[in-house]
Amino acid sequence: MVPLSWYLILAAALFAVGIFGVLARRNAIAILMGIELMLNAVNLNLLAFWRYLWSDNLTGVVFVIMVLAVAAAEVAVGLALIISIYRRRSTVVAEEIDLLKW
Amino acid sequence: MIEIISWLIPLPPLLAFGLIVLFANRSNRASHTLGIGAMLISWALAMSVFISAVSGGELPVSTEVEWLPTGDTAFNIGTWIDPLTAVTLFFVAWTMLAIFVYSVGYHNYGNARDPEDRPGFPPQAGGIEPMYARFFAFISLFAFAMLALVVTDNLLVLFVGWEIMGFCSYLLIGFWYGKDSAKAAMVKAFMTTRVGDVFLLLGLAYLYSLTGTLTYSEILLNAETLERLATTPSVLGPGTSAAALIALLFFIGTVGKAAQWPLHTWLPDAMEGPTPVSAMIHAAAMVSAGIYLILRIFPLITAGWRHGEPLPDVMVIIAFIGAFTALFAASLAIGQNDIKRVLAYSTISQLGYMVAAVGMGAFVAAAFHLITHAFFKALLFLGSGSVIHGVEHGAHESGEHIDPNDMTHMGGLRKKMPLTFWTFLIGGLTLAGFPIVTAGFWSKDEILAEAYGTNHLAIFIVLALAALLTAFYTMRQITLTFLGEPRSKAAEHAIESKWTMTAPLAMLALFSLTIGWAGIPKGFPVLSSFIPNWVHEFVGATLLEPVESLEFNVIPLLVSVGVALGGLLIGYLMYRRQEAGAPDPLARLGRVYVWIQNKYYFDELYDFLFVRPLYWIAETFVYRGLDRRVIDGTLHGVAGLAGRLGGFLRNKIDLPIVNASGDLVGEGIKTAGFEGRVIQTGRVQAYLIVGIIFAGAMLSYIFFLS
Repeated sequence: MVPLSWYLILAAALFAVGIFGVLARRNAIAILMGIELMLNAVNLNLLAFWRYLWSDNLTGVVFVIMVLAVAAAEVAVGLALIISIYRRRSTVVAEEIDLLKW
Repeated sequence: MIEIISWLIPLPPLLAFGLIVLFANRSNRASHTLGIGAMLISWALAMSVFISAVSGGELPVSTEVEWLPTGDTAFNIGTWIDPLTAVTLFFVAWTMLAIFVYSVGYHNYGNARDPEDRPGFPPQAGGIEPMYARFFAFISLFAFAMLALVVTDNLLVLFVGWEIMGFCSYLLIGFWYGKDSAKAAMVKAFMTTRVGDVFLLLGLAYLYSLTGTLTYSEILLNAETLERLATTPSVLGPGTSAAALIALLFFIGTVGKAAQWPLHTWLPDAMEGPTPVSAMIHAAAMVSAGIYLILRIFPLITAGWRHGEPLPDVMVIIAFIGAFTALFAASLAIGQNDIKRVLAYSTISQLGYMVAAVGMGAFVAAAFHLITHAFFKALLFLGSGSVIHGVEHGAHESGEHIDPNDMTHMGGLRKKMPLTFWTFLIGGLTLAGFPIVTAGFWSKDEILAEAYGTNHLAIFIVLALAALLTAFYTMRQITLTFLGEPRSKAAEHAIESKWTMTAPLAMLALFSLTIGWAGIPKGFPVLSSFIPNWVHEFVGATLLEPVESLEFNVIPLLVSVGVALGGLLIGYLMYRRQEAGAPDPLARLGRVYVWIQNKYYFDELYDFLFVRPLYWIAETFVYRGLDRRVIDGTLHGVAGLAGRLGGFLRNKIDLPIVNASGDLVGEGIKTAGFEGRVIQTGRVQAYLIVGIIFAGAMLSYIFFLS
């Protein structure tokens, strides 16, 4: 059986990829995708800990489902915002969305 | 029942005044309906009180309620019906009703509004008066004041009614306020009567301070109080009693209101008002109120005096002023050409008779003459208004520009205006004292008989002379106005007035003839055997001690008949052939006639003595000295000081300290914001990096260092 640490390493790697995407990409949609990666890394952690340490109750699974639901809602709102911005300014580059800058 | 009715008598006209002013002032019909309707109700109530009083009801009837609390006690307000009140109500109600009805015709109700007419000027061509509703509002208020003055049971309410009447007379004399003469007359009337009113108020205050009450029953019908007042020395010194001083102060009020010499000058000028107002002021209400006051306080005037004793000082003064005024005003009346001014001076003269009668202690005679005078003088004034109306119409027809009041332009009106002529003739003969058939004969004869019977021969002679002049100027007026031939085209084209004007004339004429029969003196040949002297018995019962009637004496009777007939005859003979434009036959008197025409220069004298010095004081002393220098100077000084203090506070405290610190705070925040804004890059990812680094640092600190 695969040891717990492997899952944790995979999750950490995924999280790092997500952070990099969020910080480095210019495209807002890609940033959103990075956020999704980070959320899924968290989900992986939750599931791994549940399976290995507290498999007798369903807390971890329920938590993951909650996170998925919230993530789906967040993506819906985020994409809607991005579409709206694109329609007005014909761009999805994060640096160019600077209406509040002095 | 009579108690409640007596409360209600003055109220309908007051209500009508309010309703007309607030709601009906756009509708002429509604306003005269309200005014006359209210007066009719008051009239009916007054008549019911009068009838129940004369038909043997218990008198006096009085009611009162608390009005103004003054510390421990209170001023009471109430009604008081005694014989004097009853007869006054009788003539006031009748004459006022006649005047109200007459006003409808006088102000051309029924004719269209003439577009040429402007408010404040009399209608020029027979159009309806532009301020018709206002007129009815004012005379309603006037009627309220008079009725309230008559039915009240204390001197304070009497004073209130007295002042409201003064104010109404001001409004009504100046009713045609567009005319400068009317403006001057309204101010003159108000100011002159005010002189008397101040003394009346002083008298009220003095009386109140001595007795603590102003109610009739507690002063005038209280022998103890009267005795105390008569024996208390007044503030002037031991020579005069308090009662005498109070009576004198009250009498000065009467002098102002009843236009006695020397405060008589306002009354002839008051003719500037519309004629119903003249009748209201000079017959029904205002001057009658003056006489009513001295009749009311008669017990105070005569306190300490018994019939037959020599007159005390205050009564001598009253009798002198009355008798002097009677002769003085009668002598002025003979030189006037304005039909209304003749009547005005005749009013002053007749009031002088009443005042003289009071001064001699002849209470009943004065009251009797007051009643008859109200009727025949109202009749004469309304009749003269009708004449003026007719002549104005004639002047408009013929296109002539003449003064419609001037008798020298009239003549021959008996054929044009028969009803006015006959009623005016009755009024004139009553004024002159035509024997037996007229009321004026009986009342004037009674005053003369009193003067003769109580051995005041000087007064008797003066009054008899005045009666001669009265008959003379009355006949002069009638002859110039109605007899002979027309002396102008306007008089030829004059027409009879409408029924609303002539019906009141007829009614008043009836009273002028008959009312005297109620006071035929005891012992008069033939007549007194079947007609009792009702006035003497009824009115005499007002006083505490019944007044004894005089023995009948034939001398004053003959004198009275002689002067009346003689005066009438002279007047007729002198003026029956007066030609248009011819000088007045009296002009042969020369200088005297000039003096008479100029009213003995009293107006000029008062102008010189009072008016111009007052203007001078007002201009130089009060305006320049007091107002500009002292008051304005003080105010400017205070203002300047405040300005300098304010400047100091602003420049030394407000600007450098308060404002500067406030500005510092604002500027500091502004600078900090300006400098600190560079950290706001507007890049989401940059913020995120900062957040991650900070979170990483915090986590590192928590995990590795703690």
